[in-house]
Amino acid sequence: MIPASFEYRRAGSVEQALGWLSEDPDSTKLLAGGHSLLPLMKLRLATPGVLVDVGRVPGLSYVRDAGDHVAVGALTRHRDVEISDVARAHVPLLAHVAGQVGDPQVRHRGTIGGSIAHGDPASDLPAAVLALDGVLVIDGPRGRREVGAGDFFRGFLETALAPDEMLTEIRVRKAPGGWAFQKFNRRAQDWAIVGVAAVVNGGARVALVNMGATTVRARGTEEALAAGAGIAEAAARAPEGLEPPSDLQGSAEYRRHLATVLVRRALEEATAAGG
Amino acid sequence: MSTTLTDGPAAGVVGTRMLRREDPALLSGEARFVHDLVVPGALHLVLVRSPYAHARVISVDLSAALASPGVVAAFSGAELAGEWGSPMPCAWPVTADMQSPSHLPVAVDEVCYVGDAVAAVVAASQAEAQDAAAAVAVAYEELPAAVDLEDAASDRVLAHSALTSNRAYTWELVPDAAAVERAFADAAVTVRERYVQQRLIPAAMEPRGVCVVPQPFGGEYVVYSATQIPHILRTMLGITAGVPEERIRVVAPSVGGGFGSKLDVYAEELLCLALARRLRKPVRWSEERSEAAQATIHGRGQVQEIELAADTEGRVAAVRVRLLADMGAYLQLVTPGVPLLGAFLYHGVYDVPAYAFTCTGVFTNKTPTDAYRGAGRPEATYAIERAIDALARKVGVDPQEVRRRNFIQADKFPYSSPAGLVFDSGNYEAALDAALELIGYEELREAQARRRGEGATRQLGVGISSYVEMCGLAPSRVLASLNYVAGGWEAATVRMLPTGKAQVVTGASPHGQGHVTSWSMIVADKLGVSPEDVEVLHSDTAVSPLGLDTYGSRSLSVGGTAIALAADRLIDKARLLAAHRLEVAPEDLSLSAGQFSVRGSPSSAIGLGTLAFEAFTAHDLPEGMEPNLEASATYDPTNFTFPFGTHVAVVEVDTETGKVDLVRYAAVDDCGNQINPLIVDGQVHGGIVQGVAQALFEEAVYDGEGNLLTTTFTDYLVPAASELPSFSLGRTVTPSPSNPMGVKGIGEAGTIAATPAVVNAVVDALSHLGVEEMAMPVTPERVWRSIGASASGTGGGR
Repeated sequence: MIPASFEYRRAGSVEQALGWLSEDPDSTKLLAGGHSLLPLMKLRLATPGVLVDVGRVPGLSYVRDAGDHVAVGALTRHRDVEISDVARAHVPLLAHVAGQVGDPQVRHRGTIGGSIAHGDPASDLPAAVLALDGVLVIDGPRGRREVGAGDFFRGFLETALAPDEMLTEIRVRKAPGGWAFQKFNRRAQDWAIVGVAAVVNGGARVALVNMGATTVRARGTEEALAAGAGIAEAAARAPEGLEPPSDLQGSAEYRRHLATVLVRRALEEATAAGG
Repeated sequence: MSTTLTDGPAAGVVGTRMLRREDPALLSGEARFVHDLVVPGALHLVLVRSPYAHARVISVDLSAALASPGVVAAFSGAELAGEWGSPMPCAWPVTADMQSPSHLPVAVDEVCYVGDAVAAVVAASQAEAQDAAAAVAVAYEELPAAVDLEDAASDRVLAHSALTSNRAYTWELVPDAAAVERAFADAAVTVRERYVQQRLIPAAMEPRGVCVVPQPFGGEYVVYSATQIPHILRTMLGITAGVPEERIRVVAPSVGGGFGSKLDVYAEELLCLALARRLRKPVRWSEERSEAAQATIHGRGQVQEIELAADTEGRVAAVRVRLLADMGAYLQLVTPGVPLLGAFLYHGVYDVPAYAFTCTGVFTNKTPTDAYRGAGRPEATYAIERAIDALARKVGVDPQEVRRRNFIQADKFPYSSPAGLVFDSGNYEAALDAALELIGYEELREAQARRRGEGATRQLGVGISSYVEMCGLAPSRVLASLNYVAGGWEAATVRMLPTGKAQVVTGASPHGQGHVTSWSMIVADKLGVSPEDVEVLHSDTAVSPLGLDTYGSRSLSVGGTAIALAADRLIDKARLLAAHRLEVAPEDLSLSAGQFSVRGSPSSAIGLGTLAFEAFTAHDLPEGMEPNLEASATYDPTNFTFPFGTHVAVVEVDTETGKVDLVRYAAVDDCGNQINPLIVDGQVHGGIVQGVAQALFEEAVYDGEGNLLTTTFTDYLVPAASELPSFSLGRTVTPSPSNPMGVKGIGEAGTIAATPAVVNAVVDALSHLGVEEMAMPVTPERVWRSIGASASGTGGGR
C-alpha cells in the first residue's frame, strides 16, 4: 500500500498546472480529491512520475446558476454539490447523485471533476451528467474547448481529455421535470452493480452505470419511449446493444436483467415525480 | 440450574453495565499497536510472494534487489534454510497417521499457494524494501494446482509433490454405528443436505505486525507481535527458530482484533526473529491489507453433508455427518483440529439418540485455513439448523415447533450427549420463547402470508437458529484425548499493593474483548476496591510468565475463574492476618466491602487496605506468614461450558433483483452469569455482524488457477452499519455449574447463531416459490437465479 516514488508539485493556478502538465504529459497526473488516483497508485496500477496537486487552485469550487444551465467548478467536492441550493433547485438529479457517491469520507474529499475525468463506467456522476446532457469545459495549451457528455466518455477510463488538458467546469442543463436515480449495490458504499439516471421532461434521457466500457445511454429504451411504448415495454429494451462486464458482483447476464428492472423503476419514479 | 429472564443480580459492580476502561485510549488514538512502536534503527522486512498457486522454484536472483537503494540484505529460502530448528509448528496432530508437508517460513524449492514466501528483503524503510522486493527475479516452473476442495479430495492433482495424496487425515466420531444404521433404516422421513462453508478472510481491523528487538548483550530478544497468543508464541518461536525459550520475551501491545487469525505462529514472526539474530539489528514487518488477504489464515472452507433420520412428526432419531475440510496448503498451528471443535455439535440443541461424524482434511493450493471466530462450531450449527428447517418443510411443521419437539429438555441437564460430552446446563425452550416474543413471531407470519397472497415484489422471510456451543477451552484431559499437544488451563496472580490498590496478572491476552474492565470488576467486588483501583497486567511474557492466551471463548470461564480463585486465596491469607490483628479466630470474621469485621461486634473491624500495608511492612505478622498479600491460581476447567440461545432474522427479498435486506434481528443468548452485560452486548453485536457477513456478503474467491480474487475491500465485502438493522437483544441466565462464577462465555455466540438464522430467513421468504437451496454468500445474483431456476422447474441455486 505504498505507492512507487513520485515527484509532488502543488499548483497555484490552472495555468501553472497546465504548464507542468505540458512538460511531460504522459507521466504526469493531476491530483484533486485523490479518491480514484491514490488507490490505483497504492496498488501500483498507476505509477506517475509527477503528481500535480490542483486541490488548492482557487476559483474552481462553485455551483452557479448560469441561465439555462448550472455550472459546476471541477474542484467542487461531492458533498458541496449535494447540499448546493442551486443544484437542488435546478438539477436535483445531480445533487442527489452526488450524495450517493461512496461514503461520507469520499464525498467530502472527492471532486466532481476528478470523478468525470477518471471516466470510470462504474461511477455515478458520469451517468448523471450524461442524462442531463452535460457539457465538459476543458482547458489546455491549445486553449479552451467544450465537449458534450455524449462525446466525452470514449472507453474504459478513457475520455476526450488529452494528457496535457484539464477539465475545469461541468455544465448541466436545468432539468425541471421528473428525474430518478436507481443505484443497485450490495453495500451502501460500493460502486453500483448497475445504476440508472433518468430525466423525463417531455422526452426521456436514460443513462446507465456499469453497463459497458463507459457510461452509456439506454438507446433502446429512449427509442421505444419516443415511439410511444409504455414504460415496461421500453425498459425491457434497456440492455439493447450493450456489453456489460462480468465480475465478482454480477455476470453480464444478470446486469442485463437488472438494467430492465432498474430502468423500469427509474422511469416509473421519474414519471410519478412530474415527468 | 434455574433460568432467569434478566441480566441477573448485581450486588456489587459485577453485573452492571460499566463502561469499558480500555476505550478512552482506543478511541483517542492513544493506544499503541505494533506498527506505532518507535524503534530507532529498525530494519523493515518485505517478503516476495509466489504469484502461482503451485510451482517449482528454479532460481531466485537477488542481485537487482541488493543493488536497490536502502537495501541491507536479501535472502532466498535456501539461504535461510539453516536458520530453522524445525519446520513451522502444528500443535494438533489429530490422528497418528496425519500427513503434514514440511513448512518453512520461506519456501526453498516448491511454492504451494499464491502468497507463499520465496524471498525476504530487508531495507532501511518499508518503501525501499517494497521497491527492492519488486526487483527480485524468481524463475518458476508452474505445476498443476489443486484448487477446488472436492476435486482435491479426488487426488486428481496433488497439492504437494512430496505427498502421494492430498488427504491429511480422516477422523471419526461414531459411538454406535449400528444404532445410526438402524435409525436410518427405520426412519419415516430422511433429510439429506449438502452445504458449502465458503472460505472467509478474517479481516481484523489491525493487520498483523511484528517487531523483534535484539537486546545489546546476552542474545536476548523482545518480540512485539500483534498476536492473541504471546505465551504459546514464545514457546513455538524458541523451538522453531532454535532460540532458548527463556531468551525470548513476547509482548502483545494493543492488538486490533484477531478472530482467531492471530491465534497462530506465522512465518513473519519467525523471520523477524531469525533476521534480527542474523543482522544484529531490530527487524520489523507490517502487513498490508491485500497481503493479509493471502498471507493470514482463512476461516471455514468445508463441504458438509448432513443427514437426518426422523419420524413424520419431525422428531429426529439420528444425525449423520460427512465433512471435507480444506486445510489449504499447509497445517498451521491448529488447522487440523478446527473441524473437531464442531464434531461434537452437529446434533445441535436436539436430543438425538444416534450420532455419527466423519471428517477428512484435504490439502489444496490455497492459503492455509485455521481457527476463525467460532472455529468448527459455526459450521456445525449452520448444518444442523439449516437441516432442521429442511425437515420442518418436509414434514409440514412450523420451524419453531420442530425445534421444540426435539430440544434437550431443561430437566435433562447435565445432559450426556450422543457425541460423548456432558452439557452443563440449559433451558433451550425459554430462550426460543423469549426470542419469538422479542421479534413478534406470530405477527410476522401473518405479514408474510399477506405478502405472499398479494404476490408482492418484496417477500418476507423469518429464520430461526437455536444454538449451543462448547466454550471455555478447555479441560486439559479432554485436549489430551483429542491429541492436542498443550493443556487448557489458565493462570492468574492477584496482589494488594501497599497503598491498598490491587494488581491482577493474567495469562489471558486481550485484543478487543475488554478484559481489563471485566477482570477489574471481578476483583473489585472480591476485595472491596473500586474497579479503577485495579491494575491489570497482561500480554507480556516477562510480566505474566504463565498463560495459554485468548481464544475459544475461554478467557472468562477459565482465566476469569483463575483470577477469582486467586482473589479468594488472597482473602484467605488476609483473613488470617485480620484475625491476628483483631485477636479473634479467623472463622469469627466476616468480609464485606473489603472490611473484615467480627461477627456480633461490628465495630471491631479492619480493612483489606490496612491489611495490605501491614503485610507489606511485615512488622507484625502471625508466626510463619510470608509478607505481602498475594496469591496465584492456575485453573484447569473440569468441563467445557455450553452457552446457548435462539436468534431470529427477518429479511425482505426483492424477487425482481434478488436483493436481500436484513430488516430485523432478535437475539436471545444465555451465557450464564454476566460480569458486564454491556460487554456481552458488544460481543453479541459484533458476532451477529460477522455471522451475517458470512451469510450475505463475504467470500474468499479463487479462480481456477488458484489466484485469490478478493484481495481488497472493494471485492471482499465486509458489511458496514448501513447494511444492518438495529438488533433487539435479550438474555436468559442459566448459570454454569462447572465454575464458581457460573459463567459460560459469549465471544463466539453471535457468529455461530447468525449465519443459519439469516440463510433460513432467505429460504423462508422464497420457499413458496419452490426455492429450497441457497448457497452462501447469498448474493443478489444467486437469489435471482434460484427464483428463476425454481420457476422453470430446474431446481437448485448456484
